[in-house]
Amino acid sequence: MEKSLNWREFIITRAIKASGYSAIVFVLLIFFFLLREGLPTLGEVEAGSLLNVRWYPIEDYFGILPLITGSLIVTLGAALIAVPFGIGTAVYISEIAPRWMREILKPLVELLGGLPSVVLGFLGILVVSPYLRVLLDLPTGLTAFTGSLLLGGIAVPTVVSVAEDALDAVPRAYREGAWALGATKWQTIWRVTLPAAKSGVLTAVMLGVGRAIGETMTVMMVTGNAPVLATKLGSLFSPVRTMTATIAAEMGEVANGSTHYHVLFFIGIVLFLISLIVNVIASSVVFRAKKRAERILS
Amino acid sequence: MKRIIILLILSSFLVASCGSNPAQASSNSPTVYIQNKGSDTVVNLALAWAERYQSQHSDVRISVTGGGSGTGIAALLNGTVDLANASRRIKDEEITTARSQGIEPLEHIIARDAIAVIVNAENPVGELTLQQIADIYSGKFTNWKELGGEDRPIVKLSRETNSGTHVYFLETVLRLGRSDDKTLFSTDTLLLPSSEGIVAEVRHNPNAIGYDGLGYVPHDVKMIAIAQEAGGAYVLPSIATVNDKSYPIARDLYMYTNGNPTGIVKDYLDWILSAEAQEIVAELGFVPVE
Repeated sequence: MEKSLNWREFIITRAIKASGYSAIVFVLLIFFFLLREGLPTLGEVEAGSLLNVRWYPIEDYFGILPLITGSLIVTLGAALIAVPFGIGTAVYISEIAPRWMREILKPLVELLGGLPSVVLGFLGILVVSPYLRVLLDLPTGLTAFTGSLLLGGIAVPTVVSVAEDALDAVPRAYREGAWALGATKWQTIWRVTLPAAKSGVLTAVMLGVGRAIGETMTVMMVTGNAPVLATKLGSLFSPVRTMTATIAAEMGEVANGSTHYHVLFFIGIVLFLISLIVNVIASSVVFRAKKRAERILS
Repeated sequence: MKRIIILLILSSFLVASCGSNPAQASSNSPTVYIQNKGSDTVVNLALAWAERYQSQHSDVRISVTGGGSGTGIAALLNGTVDLANASRRIKDEEITTARSQGIEPLEHIIARDAIAVIVNAENPVGELTLQQIADIYSGKFTNWKELGGEDRPIVKLSRETNSGTHVYFLETVLRLGRSDDKTLFSTDTLLLPSSEGIVAEVRHNPNAIGYDGLGYVPHDVKMIAIAQEAGGAYVLPSIATVNDKSYPIARDLYMYTNGNPTGIVKDYLDWILSAEAQEIVAELGFVPVE
């Protein structure tokens, strides 16, 4: 009896370990694949031409700067919408809402997270963009801002559910302690609960931003896909072309192994590196916050 | 339950073996498959043809997908389709790639198509010369006022660069057919992934100008009458004006096969050029080939 249990334990431990390591292996494999397909770009296209401001691949203009700024401005807009809105909703669900409201809101938000992005994109083309064009008096409603708005909508459920879990994990004793000292509900949330859940909330923000920068379908449908270099904040209200939309729109057409094909993978590398940087910065902040919290508590 | 699964797997093998070898399969298997892929301009036409043809030949199954001319030709080069639809001629470099893979693309003109330049129904501008349209898309004109319209910014809409229509428009309108001309679309041209996207934006937006195959233009947008040069007659796109060559932006639509088609694919292509199939062409707003 005992022996078979040991044997089973052995297998289960190994299986869990293997699935843990597999994540690392997959990321490495993807990265090596990207490098293999993308790095030939540097030999085929001059660095100066890569940093050009013109993207028109069928005539060999491979300037990726407009695509990078396009992705950044859409993501920045989405984060500005999703972060306050997402954290606000999480605080409301976890701290303020009565129990019955919570039971309704939580599954609703999760359902929103499961909406296919192509549906949101369609909504964006037919409803949001014509409305924004009239409301803001823009030449066209297919702008970075429209993309940000919808992307914000896509990122909010991610931010809410992760941040809400983090707030939920704050021990009840913290809040009771604050109330005992005479703090109001608002003071408790702002000064005690949120700081205590800081690392979880930061993770939520990071996941939300990651969701936004990698989103493709909605962005391709509503941002207008014009490869204009976004140089000022006003570019938020003009059409842009993002890296993901470019890859998605052009991948089907390129001949395997051509320069255009390599450049598309090179864009993939840039996107990968940007996500990596966002992740590293966020985790280092979280890590520092954790250390400080440990020092205070010990 | 298990038996059903095995049956399913077996039948999918059968399907796979038929699909890869359509010419041979017709004699000993009840169903033959034709894979047809490419241009989004041709896709509706190809679907209508496939439907009619299948209703007459119950043993033939034709799968039709879009994705753009480049996508279709790429699929032909990779050997995954029998027929590649294209709204542009195959490029020299594509032929080179094809030959290096042992594929010999053969061209068939299956219909003609007028490219209609469309604006919002509210836009008072209704006539433009080719040169004016070229100047709009290359960024020389930025306000409708300069063309006799209202004081509104011009929003230029185009198909994505993998679209045959995009390439045709670039060569015929922006560069006016001159091969040494290096004019490009101005960078603020919106590249929309589908014909539907262009129609949707033009329908709502009084600033917009776009272009689309004649068969895709709905009644609630306005078509621009185009003159070959200043002082010439302004002509609206239609079957008649394409056939008498007075409408300046019309083009052939193609299907490409690998070498001379044989068996059922040949039969299908011959039928496409028949009077019955070409009638469908006119019904869908394209121009039949004589």
